[in-house]
Amino acid sequence: MKKEENGNGRDEMVIDGSEEREGNAVPEGLNVNYLKLYYGKLFPHADIHKWMSYGNDGKHPGCDQSYFGRREFSFTLDNDIYLRFQSFNSASELENSIKEKCPFKIDIGPVYSVDPSKRHAYAQTGDNVFTPVERELIFDIDMTDYDDVRYCCAGADVCLDCWPLMTIAIKVIDTALRDDFGFNHILWVYSGRRGVHCWVCDGKARRLTNEQRAAIADYFHVYKGNENSQKKVSLTGAALHPFLARSYTEVLRNFFETKLLSSQNLFSTEERYEKILDMIPDESLTSELRGKWQDNKRSTSSKKDIDSIRWEQLKTMLQSGKQKVQGLRRCVEEIVFSFTYPRLDMEVSKHMNHLLKAPFCVHPKTGRICVPIDPNECEEFNPTTVPTLATLLEELNMGGVRQEVNDELDRTSLGESIRFFRSSFLQPLLKSCKEEIESSYNTKLQRSKNSLTW
Amino acid sequence: METVRTQRKPLSKEVVVPTLPLYRSPPSLEVRLEDFELFAIDRLRVLKGISDGLSRGKKHEEMEQLEKDLWNKNMRHPQASEIANKDIISHFVLRLVYCRTEELRKWFLSMETALFRYRFRQESAEAQRALMAEFDLPYKAVGSAEFESLRDKLGQVSRSIGQPLPTADAIFYKVPFEEVPELVAGRRVFLHKGHAYIASNQVVSLVGTQFRSHLSKALILTNRKWTSTVREQEKDRLTPIVEALCTSYLGPDYSQPKGFAEISVKDINELARSSFPLCMRHLFEKLKEDHHLKHGGRMQLGLFLKGVGLKLDDALMFWKAEFSQKVSAERFDKEYAYGIRHNYGREGKRTDYTPYSCQKIILSTPGVGDHHGCPYRHFSDENLRAALSKMGVNSRAVEDVMDKVRNRHYQLACTLTFEAVHASSCDSGINHPNQYFSDSQKLLQPKSTQF
Ligand code: SF4
Ligand SMILES: [Zn+2]
Repeated sequence: MKKEENGNGRDEMVIDGSEEREGNAVPEGLNVNYLKLYYGKLFPHADIHKWMSYGNDGKHPGCDQSYFGRREFSFTLDNDIYLRFQSFNSASELENSIKEKCPFKIDIGPVYSVDPSKRHAYAQTGDNVFTPVERELIFDIDMTDYDDVRYCCAGADVCLDCWPLMTIAIKVIDTALRDDFGFNHILWVYSGRRGVHCWVCDGKARRLTNEQRAAIADYFHVYKGNENSQKKVSLTGAALHPFLARSYTEVLRNFFETKLLSSQNLFSTEERYEKILDMIPDESLTSELRGKWQDNKRSTSSKKDIDSIRWEQLKTMLQSGKQKVQGLRRCVEEIVFSFTYPRLDMEVSKHMNHLLKAPFCVHPKTGRICVPIDPNECEEFNPTTVPTLATLLEELNMGGVRQEVNDELDRTSLGESIRFFRSSFLQPLLKSCKEEIESSYNTKLQRSKNSLTW
Repeated sequence: METVRTQRKPLSKEVVVPTLPLYRSPPSLEVRLEDFELFAIDRLRVLKGISDGLSRGKKHEEMEQLEKDLWNKNMRHPQASEIANKDIISHFVLRLVYCRTEELRKWFLSMETALFRYRFRQESAEAQRALMAEFDLPYKAVGSAEFESLRDKLGQVSRSIGQPLPTADAIFYKVPFEEVPELVAGRRVFLHKGHAYIASNQVVSLVGTQFRSHLSKALILTNRKWTSTVREQEKDRLTPIVEALCTSYLGPDYSQPKGFAEISVKDINELARSSFPLCMRHLFEKLKEDHHLKHGGRMQLGLFLKGVGLKLDDALMFWKAEFSQKVSAERFDKEYAYGIRHNYGREGKRTDYTPYSCQKIILSTPGVGDHHGCPYRHFSDENLRAALSKMGVNSRAVEDVMDKVRNRHYQLACTLTFEAVHASSCDSGINHPNQYFSDSQKLLQPKSTQF
């Protein structure tokens, strides 16, 4: 990832890390002509414009007509050409540009103080005239960060055995964003390959300072370790913070015991259970457990439930009355946290000027569409059945005769995603934006009446 | 702010006057020009001390002690009545000094806020309340019913951070979480629907945030006033003082070489390899490579070499030898020699130019083609890594250095480099490239030749 400069080096801002690591080489699977068709017939340009306008495209006198035009978009084109600081003054400008340039990837950046495409005109005046002023609070969770706790796949691959890690992340973060931080307008999006993105769009989220963003990211952060330390999660203190306690009892423990334990076979081989025993700072206990498990070869228990049997043994041992030491009791929780707790790309969340891939883009490697995920139904989400560019075009072709765009949408499996985006995210969001514009307009009026006292 | 949840003792008749001002309005009294500068320098010593302490990663209690020592050492005044004036005047002078760029403002904000928080904690409970009232915060103490319903959660938070359980009459405030980022970051508060419930001993975070945001806005205004009127009006009086203060470096004076023999041109190569800090090594190498350096680089390296003990004639020889591979001797004499003499105070204003401190170098803004600046601050990660390993820093130490860089502790990164290269500790930290040089020489020179 590029080094972020504060001050004048603004041109070096960082883009969504996960994609950048792979480079932007043209994949074999991504056909420019297909992509053109997709942008021409299916991509929801108007919805993206509505969303990014946050109610400012209305007739109300409190609307900020320059708002959408100060938003940075960036396009990754064929041949690794990367266009930063694109900006558009209307829905049609955005749509035309996307159709014309046919980007392999569209990233969305912050809203700046001035039109980002004209930033150079302001560069001379010195005092930070060109600066980000609003940005959704974003989260990027990528499966590659979990490689040490999944045995089914590694790197770029995901399957239904490891995907629950993403489900856990959505549940834990989404609940905290709503219940703890009081946010309401939250969009979860499949990143198209092996992770999820989250956009928190409430007005107060968009106006957070970098310091406040960092505070939220830290609130979610429990991993202290690195490759050189055995324990990746360290939970100290006489109790867990209510957020961690709730995450544990409502999500983590359950997913660990009913899903990951067996799907990842966490205890099935010596190498794997040793990794867990390493987290227990008590020699006599670990050697007792190890003893049991090594003789276990001739035991009658079927291979299938060996993981849960061993887990139960470990728990009983650690939580038995004999173990008065607080640290050891906490061990069970630490193990569960290590294998389940969400791992965020902290840098993405901490700074306003990070770019993040737009929803409904086509992932250049997999061809999958970055569709929204319903956090209430996230357990049902299956990354392997997300529509791809190819399947969508097939569905379109099957329709035959030309019809209205909306109908074409409905004929494809993307229709459902777009309907969800509109009804569950966009409409409630715009409603509250309008209310906010109205009320801040009224207070402004009020204040201008009293302006002399200010 | 109301704090009316439980019955509290009737307010005593005595009015509590906190000794900690909020610096809402500039001092109305006349300020003598000497005081203007001296007070500011004393306060600057305090802020710089705090900055050093923070960048060296001092723990909370160590910082507390440090802040106390710094304050007592620098901010006293022979006349008790003047102490408060000195506090206020010095603060407002430094506002002028540090309002002028984003980076300066940021530094000043952080240090003043740290100082404010320390002083707030020293105040009595009543004085703290009085200060909170002065901030006019709209937050109310949590009412009994709400407190009871949350008591379990609040207790859970207390236990998770090793604090005693809240008593029945404990006061909690309910504030937007945005107001207490550090408490949120450390999971030191209970959060519910966007509100943070802060205990009375956590109020310092809230007040600190307020102080910071007031000061931040004030600095922007000061900057506007400075650029629009003050700078011009005061150009013969305050402006030069203000401009000098910002780059003033408060450590020892390195403008004259001390303690070491003068160096001669033939030694420079060897010395650059063994004892130059990275910023100077880099300039030196670029000079050898390109036979040229732009103005910023000539200044930074030239003054450093002067501080190291290169005499004027040698300096002229040294630069000429390099430059003449690119430009003619006449052109060198005409265009560049002047600047070098100037650095040594032989041309133009006869002031002796002082070698740049780290702070000045770190705050510089090298442009295209420039090689000056501080590599820890101005290099990309990859270039910095490459440069460090070329210096012989092992990969473990490189990671430690990079870690400091990520946290923007450039001088500390440089200190770690020094320690890695010399396999010896450097307790004072690196504050000046010439100090790096002399500390290095002290370690490398055999005892006998030391002065
Ligand atoms: S910290 Fe100081 S001495 Fe070290 S490289 Fe930077 S400017 Fe030079
Ligand atoms: Zn898998």
